Amino acid sequence: MTRFKTPKLLITAAVVYGVIQALYSLGIINGYILHIINQSLIYVILAASLNLINGITGQFSLGHMGFAGIGAYVSGTLTTLIFKLNPSIPGSYLLFIVAILAGGLVAALVGFLIGFPSLRLKGDYLAIVTLGFGEIIRTVFNNIEYVGGPRGLLGIPKFSNFTVIFIVTFLSVAVIRNIIQSPHGRAMLSIRENELASELVGINTTRYKVLSFATGAFFAGIAGGLFAHLLQLAHPTQFGFSKSVEILIMIYAGGVGSLTGSIVAAFALTFLSEGLRLGIRALADATGLPIGGEWRMVIYALLLIFIMLFRNEGLMGTKESKVILIEEAD
Amino acid sequence: MPALMTIQGMTHYFGGLRAVSNFGCAIQEGSIYGLIGPNGSGKTTIFNLITGIYKPTEGKILFDERDITAEKPYKIVQGGVARTFQNLRIFSNLTALDNIRIARQSSEKSSLASSILRTPGFLGEEKRIRKESLDLLDLMHLSDRAGEMAKNLPYGELRRLEIARALATNPKLILLDEPAAGMNPKEVEDLMSLIQRVRDQFKVTVFLIEHHMKVVMGICEYIKVIDFGETIAEGLPTVVGKDPKVLEAYLGKRGA
Ligand SMILES: Nc1ncnc2c1ncn2[C@@H]1O[C@H](COP(=O)(O)OP(=O)(O)OP(=O)(O)O)[C@@H](O)[C@H]1O
Ligand SMILES: [Mg+2]
Repeated sequence: MTRFKTPKLLITAAVVYGVIQALYSLGIINGYILHIINQSLIYVILAASLNLINGITGQFSLGHMGFAGIGAYVSGTLTTLIFKLNPSIPGSYLLFIVAILAGGLVAALVGFLIGFPSLRLKGDYLAIVTLGFGEIIRTVFNNIEYVGGPRGLLGIPKFSNFTVIFIVTFLSVAVIRNIIQSPHGRAMLSIRENELASELVGINTTRYKVLSFATGAFFAGIAGGLFAHLLQLAHPTQFGFSKSVEILIMIYAGGVGSLTGSIVAAFALTFLSEGLRLGIRALADATGLPIGGEWRMVIYALLLIFIMLFRNEGLMGTKESKVILIEEAD
Repeated sequence: MPALMTIQGMTHYFGGLRAVSNFGCAIQEGSIYGLIGPNGSGKTTIFNLITGIYKPTEGKILFDERDITAEKPYKIVQGGVARTFQNLRIFSNLTALDNIRIARQSSEKSSLASSILRTPGFLGEEKRIRKESLDLLDLMHLSDRAGEMAKNLPYGELRRLEIARALATNPKLILLDEPAAGMNPKEVEDLMSLIQRVRDQFKVTVFLIEHHMKVVMGICEYIKVIDFGETIAEGLPTVVGKDPKVLEAYLGKRGA
């Protein structure tokens, strides 16, 4: 007898979607809040995919936003090009999806190309290589006139809306969760735990490190594509080192190795960051003191230190909520 | 009958240090083969060479009629050689069950796509892996620990968990590096019968490093003694146990 298993993640997602949609149409949530929710959802993809590399497989990547940048520029270039040729093109949403996927695939390919040589070696070469990669990517965007150079890629059509972003985020989380809770995910976990022992129970550790890194890069590319079509621009400064560190902070705050933690932290920190931005501006206006947005990062860093001091395994540790955990039949 | 594993003229240097010198052996299928020697004599290095962690400076390792000298570690394991470690290498932050499952699964059987889509084939395979892993835990009297984080298990149980994990890879040859280390006399007694039971039940050949003389003399059918990387004696336990060179180099130092 096989017991019918309720798809908890799907049901939870549907309820959350319905509630937000209802609150928005009732006017309880305004367009501004919805915009922050959209951003939070995209950060969920970024944090979850970095967690696959960093928290599950134990490989330290410092250039995650570089892959988001690739996704943003590739998909943004494709959709603007198509739109310039024919603004009233039929099936435009399908083309948008194809463009986003293309951005993800190019990011995955680049992930493979830089991951393969550095992950074959033992030790933390990946951290150094990805640090360099993030900066190189930023410089490359800065210097290609075709994609706007330092001005950024402007006039990207607005395809990302709440529904699209929600569905893509749901699918990304579901895929990452299904990978983690499978033989492939367990192989990745064993590398984090003890790479030599992993190899000596028959696991091709190089293959799994590269697979994890390229998969993470793919989803970062997808997230970048969503961003570009939400903000209608892609700018080199969006994808630099400090942005990658923000994603790292998210996964450390949420719990390294916990998808639930990544989701919660992506929302909490995106809202917090927006709140701080408004708070600092209000404070500057009220007092006339010359305090700017960069103070946000200081408070962010202090917060991280605070979390590490009092709850060093992050919000969730490595635990998962029942929604994320797939029940196993005995 | 050809030996399951044959090593010929294996020498290994760490920089200027000759850790293993002209080592050779022919291990018969189904036997329990013992390797002893004083601290630092090169025993663990020999296991590291067999499992591909290091490549020997000279020499050849034939396993199951195949030359595995230059093979990658995971390939050697997939070919049928499993091992435990002198200093445990457990996946500490995973459950006992997951420690075994990771060794039991084979990446060829569930593709990434079928894992993502949770196809019936994938679910069936997961069920099989889970059941076989639980059976192995049962055999090692660890059933009630299946859901426990490995880091919470006591030392003796971790040693058994590591043997179970090695067996989970479905080996023809299992290399045990000082499995009795840190065990009390009762646990050592149980270990001896466990190793014999494993050999009979799984039809595996056992290659054993052990300082515990009672274990070596009690269950090994053939013993090799090395000192400073060189073989100084070999033969049946009764013969080796009386060899004056062995008594001097090995047993003498430890007062038998
Ligand atoms: N990776 C390494 N690099 C350099 N020297 C090494 C390395 N591994 C082992 N050695 C040296 O090789 C020699 C043999 O070490 P090995 O660990 O094989 O001894 P052993 O017989 O297993 O000793 P024990 O009984 O203490 O476990 C020692 O002198 C050791 O210091
Ligand atoms: Mg040793």
